[in-house]
Amino acid sequence: MRRLTYAEAINEATYQMMEEDSSVFLIGQGVTSPWYVGTTTEGLLEKFGGGRVIDTPVSENGITGVATGAAIVGMRPILIHPRMDFMYLAMDQIVNQAANWSYMFGGKVHVPLTIRGIINRGGEQAAQHSQALQAIFSHIPGLRVVMPATPYDAKGLLVASVKDNNPVIYTDDRWLYSVKGNVPEELFLVPIGKGAIRKRGEDVTLVGVSYTVYESLKAARELEREGISVEAIDLRTVKPLDKELLFESVRKTGRLVIADSGWRSFGVSAEVSATVSENLFEYLKSPPVRVTLPDTPAPSSSALEKLFYPTKDTIISAIEQLFR
Amino acid sequence: MEEKLTVKIPALTLLKMYECMVRIRRLEEIVGELVCKKEIKCPSHLYIGQEAVAVGVCSSLKREDYIFGTHRSHGHYLAKGGNLKELLAELYGRLNGCSRGKGGSMHVVAPEVGLLGTPAIVAGGIPLAVGTALASVLKGEKRVSVAFFGDGATNEGVFYESLNFASLKKLPVIFVCENNYYSTHMPISACLADTNIKDKAKVFNMPGFRLNGNDVIEVFQKTREAVEKAREGGGPSLIECLTYRWRGHVGPHYDLDKGLRSQEELNWWMGRCPIKRLEKTLLDEEIISSEEKHKIVKRIDEEIGEAVRFAKKSPYPGEDELYRDVFKG
Repeated sequence: MRRLTYAEAINEATYQMMEEDSSVFLIGQGVTSPWYVGTTTEGLLEKFGGGRVIDTPVSENGITGVATGAAIVGMRPILIHPRMDFMYLAMDQIVNQAANWSYMFGGKVHVPLTIRGIINRGGEQAAQHSQALQAIFSHIPGLRVVMPATPYDAKGLLVASVKDNNPVIYTDDRWLYSVKGNVPEELFLVPIGKGAIRKRGEDVTLVGVSYTVYESLKAARELEREGISVEAIDLRTVKPLDKELLFESVRKTGRLVIADSGWRSFGVSAEVSATVSENLFEYLKSPPVRVTLPDTPAPSSSALEKLFYPTKDTIISAIEQLFR
Repeated sequence: MEEKLTVKIPALTLLKMYECMVRIRRLEEIVGELVCKKEIKCPSHLYIGQEAVAVGVCSSLKREDYIFGTHRSHGHYLAKGGNLKELLAELYGRLNGCSRGKGGSMHVVAPEVGLLGTPAIVAGGIPLAVGTALASVLKGEKRVSVAFFGDGATNEGVFYESLNFASLKKLPVIFVCENNYYSTHMPISACLADTNIKDKAKVFNMPGFRLNGNDVIEVFQKTREAVEKAREGGGPSLIECLTYRWRGHVGPHYDLDKGLRSQEELNWWMGRCPIKRLEKTLLDEEIISSEEKHKIVKRIDEEIGEAVRFAKKSPYPGEDELYRDVFKG
């Protein structure tokens, strides 16, 4: 099969959706920039023109409202926030308006809106250009939250998000943009709410999402040499969680470790842990373990960044503890 | 000047506007009574005193044009043609309310006539109207969008973001500010460094107008011009309508006893009642007689009475309804 980078897969999904459906358009800060959103929108302006590829002023809340309004009358906008951090400025439109709109009006109106929130951490960017906010958005009824790890999913989940009739927070991580993988050329869809097993194993279920999937796989390979058999799960969708997949795995392994790129308290890892504990308590041989960011803002200095982000090594030591 | 204006408007249009204003007024008076009786329990923000704005603006629109309202939108709902029975059922929290009992007074909707929703976050609907205007342009449709909001909303950043983007892209949207001089409990002079709201359009290279918001004819005429200009690609306008809400921020009371405003001020505005003003024109021009006027009011009271009866005998939403509509399938 053809191989694309993660960034190329996003670009291709956007291109094909815009080509297929005239109600799809792209809007947000940096969508015509050669660098602001990586290469994920390269070539789209030339193909579709400024009417459907709309670069915007720095007005996050206003532009999110504009995209929401367009969605209410049947457009399917892809709205880009080039840093997730900037989405805090748009919380009223994302949460109060877009997420509530269908329910608040008894299903008479709805919001088929895709919001691409880009995580662009590292590189000494510090606290306001590094945040991964999947947990915050997953808390909100009315939002779906997807976080592809592979180029295949980057394309398939973007297509699924655009075709969904509801607001979807699609989170892509720039640490993954150069990752290569198999991606079919045709339009295809990865269903929202379905995780995937990336490696089969017997002794412990290791749940990752987005870039922690790769750290998890590296950890799993090393642990294999120590005789610990890891089953690595890629959540793909944070909300709704693929509970069946999680349960099936934990029933087999009896152990659960979650590696998330968000903070520890009240995070995705806490939710996965609680969901499994509530339902499979009797299967658990040990308490679930969370590998996350510490509860601090992102530091700048690379010396501190090294301590801040979870890696294969932090995952390995968390798992090793379970078998000591 | 005024007589000259009325000549241009067909008598039937004037009569329809009058009926709609009376319908809104009587509805709100009755809702106020039902709130006092605790029959209606959801917080209800009454529109009494501001009727000429909703009616003047909506009469200048086509059915397929879009509007967004606010927490105070019973008037916008009726003026755009929303169903009276479904509105009452919503206020009563019933399943066949316009929002299936999930929105209440602050969240009424009537997409079939272009009311796409009414957010209760101040200024929340303003960018949405810019978005529907953008959608109209992208689809090649000639619809116009209207955002209704109060003077308090001009304190929100998103108001300025929306004006800028709409003007930048020359979108077919009309920003209608109902300046009723109060932002909840605070007088406008305590909120805005410059209380001239129409002038806020200037910095966005957009026309701004300040109208007598209690004169439905003026509101209708001026808005119609702005709407037709927008429809033909001439870009957005900001229309500030000076008006006054007779009741307090929320509920049927007048907020006088709490010392928020004076009886004199209220009296002054009640002396400038938008309905009495149009009524005088209709009587002077012999479009209706005094007897016909009473008949209209009586008929409207009967309509509302029937809608209240409909609401009260409507079923409450069941348990399954709690989980419905979070997502559209």
